[in-house]
Amino acid sequence: MAEARKQITVKGICKSFQNQEQSLQVLQDVTLDVNENEFLVILGPGQCGKTVLLNILAGLESADSGTVEFANGTPKYGEIGFVFQRYALFPWKTVLQNVEMHHKFQRVPKKERREQAMHFIRLVGLDGFENAYPAQLSGGMKQRVGIARAYATRSNIILMDEPFGALDAQTRYQMQDEILKIRSAEKTTVIFVTNNIEEAVTLGDRILLMSNKPSSIVREYVPELPRPRQNTDRAFMDLRNVIAQDMDLAL
Amino acid sequence: MKKNKKLKRLVLGFLGIAVFLGIWQLAGTLGWVSTKILASPTDVVATFIDKLTNPKPDGSTLPQHIWASLKLALIGFGAACVIGIPLGLTMGFFKGMDHFFNPLFEIIRPIPPLAWIPVILLILGIGTTAKAFIIFVAAFVPCLLNSYVGIKRTRTTLINVAKTSGATDMQIFFKVGLPSALPMVFTGVKVSLGTSWATLVAAEMLSSSVGLGYMIQRGRTIVRSDIIIVGMLTIGVIGAILVFLLSLLEKKIAPWRNKK
Repeated sequence: MAEARKQITVKGICKSFQNQEQSLQVLQDVTLDVNENEFLVILGPGQCGKTVLLNILAGLESADSGTVEFANGTPKYGEIGFVFQRYALFPWKTVLQNVEMHHKFQRVPKKERREQAMHFIRLVGLDGFENAYPAQLSGGMKQRVGIARAYATRSNIILMDEPFGALDAQTRYQMQDEILKIRSAEKTTVIFVTNNIEEAVTLGDRILLMSNKPSSIVREYVPELPRPRQNTDRAFMDLRNVIAQDMDLAL
Repeated sequence: MKKNKKLKRLVLGFLGIAVFLGIWQLAGTLGWVSTKILASPTDVVATFIDKLTNPKPDGSTLPQHIWASLKLALIGFGAACVIGIPLGLTMGFFKGMDHFFNPLFEIIRPIPPLAWIPVILLILGIGTTAKAFIIFVAAFVPCLLNSYVGIKRTRTTLINVAKTSGATDMQIFFKVGLPSALPMVFTGVKVSLGTSWATLVAAEMLSSSVGLGYMIQRGRTIVRSDIIIVGMLTIGVIGAILVFLLSLLEKKIAPWRNKK
């Protein structure tokens, strides 16, 4: 493999939240690198601050200490794609309007942003549904919209915050295949947060394991598994077991 | 199946009104209550038809009364919406606005609209402005409060979505906060409309010479219960129609709520 170029360098991030009288330390000295065009999975138990870490990367929250450096300069809002937990679609907007929202805020002319949006709607396999409202869609379809919306930012970094957490197992497998397909069509860096070991092993070029609060990165795995990965593979199951054991220790 | 249910509902609704009218009519016919004190439904219908064109005995025809009242209520209600909704929304969204206006609002809010009457009389006299102002005071609070709470309840993730898409504060206010507050704003407007219509009678007690509230008052002075009841029912029916019109408007403005 060619020498990977570092795209994001995260050093010593600490973050705590004040809640009435007590303060809760969520992130403690989180340090990690993100390489260009890699699919990085951050795996950790629920409530361990993975979302907070993504929010800090996206600029939605600021760290108490530590630094985040981007190789191409700190992106402004709108230059990072974000797929949120539980869809976060605008109920009063159609699929098309949800996907083109980013361009609308940037005041891109209507015709151009329509074309862009339709490209990504087709990419996630939702053509024919562009005029539907989110309430008319199933959970998997809603998150497809969320993914199309994130990719429509045309940014080279996409953050995904447990995007499939709310889906049933069957849909979840489908969406995992889907996301890999999309990724081969649109080369970007993806930082994908999950609490599901199998999902991490299926998707990740690299997996970082996070400990429970106060969280930090405790281990790194680089699955040497050919794609498409099968969860019935011997090597797949071995890696899953190793991670499961480490995760128990981390808790 | 669905049609059947609708029909059943309609029949039951009419039955409810019919039974009510029947008992009311019997009460007069069987002499439970003197028809002098409580006019029977047939009398009321006769008076209603008569009042459509006849200005006697209270000085104006029913359409004139309705128009006068409607004008008054809509001025007060309109002003309450125009001021209350934007103020509520901005208070709910911008912290500075909230901190500036909230204490003031909390003090004004518990004052019942009718308690404003004396001071309004002193300042504004007894004209249309005074009456419209009382209605405004009554309608203002639900308008503001619902808009305020509605926009405060905007989901944080939706705001974050907009932020990560590069939206400005103003864009977030108009494109995220406003639409997600809309259902509650509408509830507020409906409550406001009801309140302003209900405050009408009180407002028209301030020396009017026309209006439904005046007609009711007049009916009491000359002991004509049929006129009182015509006035009451007119207020009720028009109130229901106005709320219905608002619901239509709501469906038009917020279509995503019905597409399930």
